[in-house]
Amino acid sequence: MTVFLTIVVIALFGITLWQMSKILNLSKVSGEDNSQVANDKDNNLQGKLMLVFVVLFYILMAYCFIQYNSYFLPESASEHGVDYDRLMLISMVLIMIVQILTQGLLHFFAYKYRGKKENKALFFADNDKLEFIWTIIPVIVLAGLIIYGLFTWTDIMNIDENEGDPLIVELYAYQFDWRARYAGADNELGKANVRFIEGINTLGLDVSDGYGKDDKITNELHLPVNRKVIFKMRSQDVLHSAYMPFFRAQMNVVPGMITEFAYTPTLTSEEMRNSEFMIEKVATINKIRKEKSKKLVKAGDEALEEYTFDYYLLCNKICGVSHYNMQMKIIVESEEDYEAWIKEQTTFGEQLSAQASN
Amino acid sequence: MSAIANVHDHAEDHAHDHGHHHKETFITKYIFSEDHKMISKQYLITGLIMGIIGIAMSLLFRMQIAWPDHKFTAYEVLLGKFGEDGVMDPGIYLALVTIHGTIMVFFVLTAGLSGTFSNLLIPLQIGARDMASGFLNMVSYWLFFLSSIIMILSLFAEAGPASAGWTIYPPLSALPQAIGGSGTGMTLWLVSMAIFIASSLLGSLNYVVTVINLRTKGMSMTRMPLTIWAFFVTAIIGVVSFPVLLSAALLLIMDRSFGTSFYLSDIYIQGEVLHNQGGSPVLFEHLFWFLGHPEVYIVLLPALGITSEIIATNSRKPIFGYRAMVASILAIAFLSTIVWGHHMFVSGMNPFLGSVFTFTTLLIAIPSAVKSFNYITTLWKGNLQFNPGMLFSVGLVSTFITGGLTGIILGDSTLDINVHDTYFVVAHFHLVMGISALYGLFAGVYHWFPKMYGKMMNKNLGYAHFWITAIGAYGVFFPMHFVGMAGLPRRYYTNSNFPYFDDLADTNVLITVFAFIAAFAQLIFLYNFIISIFYGKKAEQNPWNSNTLEWTTPVKATHGNWPGELPIVHRWPYDYSKTNEDGEYVIAGQDYVPQTVPLQEGEEEMHH
Repeated sequence: MTVFLTIVVIALFGITLWQMSKILNLSKVSGEDNSQVANDKDNNLQGKLMLVFVVLFYILMAYCFIQYNSYFLPESASEHGVDYDRLMLISMVLIMIVQILTQGLLHFFAYKYRGKKENKALFFADNDKLEFIWTIIPVIVLAGLIIYGLFTWTDIMNIDENEGDPLIVELYAYQFDWRARYAGADNELGKANVRFIEGINTLGLDVSDGYGKDDKITNELHLPVNRKVIFKMRSQDVLHSAYMPFFRAQMNVVPGMITEFAYTPTLTSEEMRNSEFMIEKVATINKIRKEKSKKLVKAGDEALEEYTFDYYLLCNKICGVSHYNMQMKIIVESEEDYEAWIKEQTTFGEQLSAQASN
Repeated sequence: MSAIANVHDHAEDHAHDHGHHHKETFITKYIFSEDHKMISKQYLITGLIMGIIGIAMSLLFRMQIAWPDHKFTAYEVLLGKFGEDGVMDPGIYLALVTIHGTIMVFFVLTAGLSGTFSNLLIPLQIGARDMASGFLNMVSYWLFFLSSIIMILSLFAEAGPASAGWTIYPPLSALPQAIGGSGTGMTLWLVSMAIFIASSLLGSLNYVVTVINLRTKGMSMTRMPLTIWAFFVTAIIGVVSFPVLLSAALLLIMDRSFGTSFYLSDIYIQGEVLHNQGGSPVLFEHLFWFLGHPEVYIVLLPALGITSEIIATNSRKPIFGYRAMVASILAIAFLSTIVWGHHMFVSGMNPFLGSVFTFTTLLIAIPSAVKSFNYITTLWKGNLQFNPGMLFSVGLVSTFITGGLTGIILGDSTLDINVHDTYFVVAHFHLVMGISALYGLFAGVYHWFPKMYGKMMNKNLGYAHFWITAIGAYGVFFPMHFVGMAGLPRRYYTNSNFPYFDDLADTNVLITVFAFIAAFAQLIFLYNFIISIFYGKKAEQNPWNSNTLEWTTPVKATHGNWPGELPIVHRWPYDYSKTNEDGEYVIAGQDYVPQTVPLQEGEEEMHH
């Protein structure tokens, strides 16, 4: 049946096209120029369409920036993110200026100089001065951007464990979930390798390494606000990427090596949840979810849960069939709340001895 | 010098041999042809068929992104067991994305675009009887054909085709335990690509040799049309970078089949520790992108070359800044081989390397900007003839600018951190290399169709094709930037596991609708293409009043291109609307001066 329908659809489509071309052929008065080379009439129409097109394009751009304003990520929840956002804003403004100018010129010229038989084009093959100008301007602008970008980059990527009192956390990725390993009281992660994976030792910690005994393994990432955290990332199987968009942070997780990224969270989950942006955003999302739920309930399915905002970490490097659902909740909280939470978690050593006593 | 002269003599002897023809059979003429014009048509048609498959795949996965909860019988019909009950399997979703990328980048835009027009135009525009080696040229096409067949066959692999993304990063691509597609599907993918690379190398070497050795008398390097410059430089980039992809693939094959550890280390999968130790996936990324980035320009430069030629011809003006255009092509080619690291800012490589690659990457914006400005200036005070090829060329400049500008964000290591691998990237590269190169392909087909088939394509259908495509393309890819800025990762089977993305759903539907509109427009093109081959209006010898040599050949193509002597070149190809001091055209009543016309009395040659 479906095959038949498909064939019918294709056939109808073919007929449509055939008829369309027939109309096109009929619309030409016989004897008129049918050389299939553009004549003045075509040039006139197409030139005007160019102008219409660029106006439509401007409208599309304006529409996107206004309508999708709520898509932009909220203010950064990390210290370096502020610099990131500033650089992004500068670059964005710059490229939009160039975009509007060049697209305007391109399409306007296409309209203005649309061909007419009696017109003569200007033989204008070279102008060193002009070319010098539009080589040197991008050079200067880009030099500025490069220098600014590189300073920011060095700041972000220069990870110094001895500066201040950073929290050391391991992010452990595997198909298709994340684990966090806190370094414990000594703030030093125990050695690990996938070859040690056995039973409850799912992260492959080296049991003989004393530093590992007080490590705490969790499936939620809790971070104290305003304290620098250094992530050491390890993968069990394939490439993953730890993407934390609200903190402007991302680093690939590579089997066989340890990759690093560091940032200082500045806004707690609570603060972010109560920000004007997020209240509005979550309200919109819940409205959408409510409507979807209505349909689901009607079809006999469960309704969707109401959404409350939480930071999340997601996998951003294709890693297998469930790549789309490899996430971990991130909670940024006050130092006290963090301390209280971490105290409740059992250490790796405790887990081992608990198992041994069983 | 004498060596070159000898070559010319040979070429002419050769032509005389062919003057009294031996009868060609169907097989030597249409199948195992050594004639560059026939081979170019073979490339084009194979490329178009692959393009249909690639675009159809994109429609399927766009449907899944737009309506993740919906069941479609189309999945059941087209995907078989991977679309049971109308639900798309997440594995096949990744496979569709992977093969779409592979087909579009390599089979359509590399072979279909560069293969078609390098073959067609290099001999015709430099005044040669054929390619330096017709036989190698034929082998090159048939290897391409073979690799296409293997790629298509891989779609029917039991556990699914390759599905690790078109970049096939190991370990995902190396381990069948990690994803079904990394079994037979991946093996076939690698075999197909290895053959493709061999094909591409044979083709490229042939192009380079032909351009260097077989230019006709008077065709100095600075009198070559920009198309030839672009094809020439593209071929050089291909020769430099494709072998590296071959070694990357070879090492991957060894890791997969012979237990080596080039890319694998410390892996525990499916309850088992693998023996591999000491390899690094980052090494693969370096090797892959050493080709992967130049590949962008292998795709784009021919399109830019085609555009340069078409814009000049249809503006009835010389291309503005010929020297700067050539210099830009060379600069882009050089820089393109030292920017690959910008795909790897967050790969775990040393951040200092990231700084270097940011620097070189943003440098490449300079020649690109020069090219854009030169195109715009070429339009200024022209007498624009809006043939379909011209529309697509203007469209290319537009998408090249839009897509290129966001490159300034992605090329900046800092800014890349948060948009890396999101839909922002997808929007960027589709505009700057996908759509732009496709526009170049279409522009070329409309412009040189009379040369390929001796017929004209219908211009009204061409106009409809352009405008619907232009609206569809921006409708798909402009809003996509914003979806990416929301932090939505690419290659997600569904976004519904993150309620935060719920408000993006409407935009994803909009994008899919535009994708269908744009795909529909391609049917108009196909119809026009096929119908025009058979029923198109007969073409005149020089329908666009162009200066280049290919329009001095007879409409009915002959083996050897020119029936008599080879043409002699007296000037550069851009003497459009050139006037004498008294303001009259150099040739009275004609606004163009073909390259074969000697300098007129009192006329000065352009010193470009």
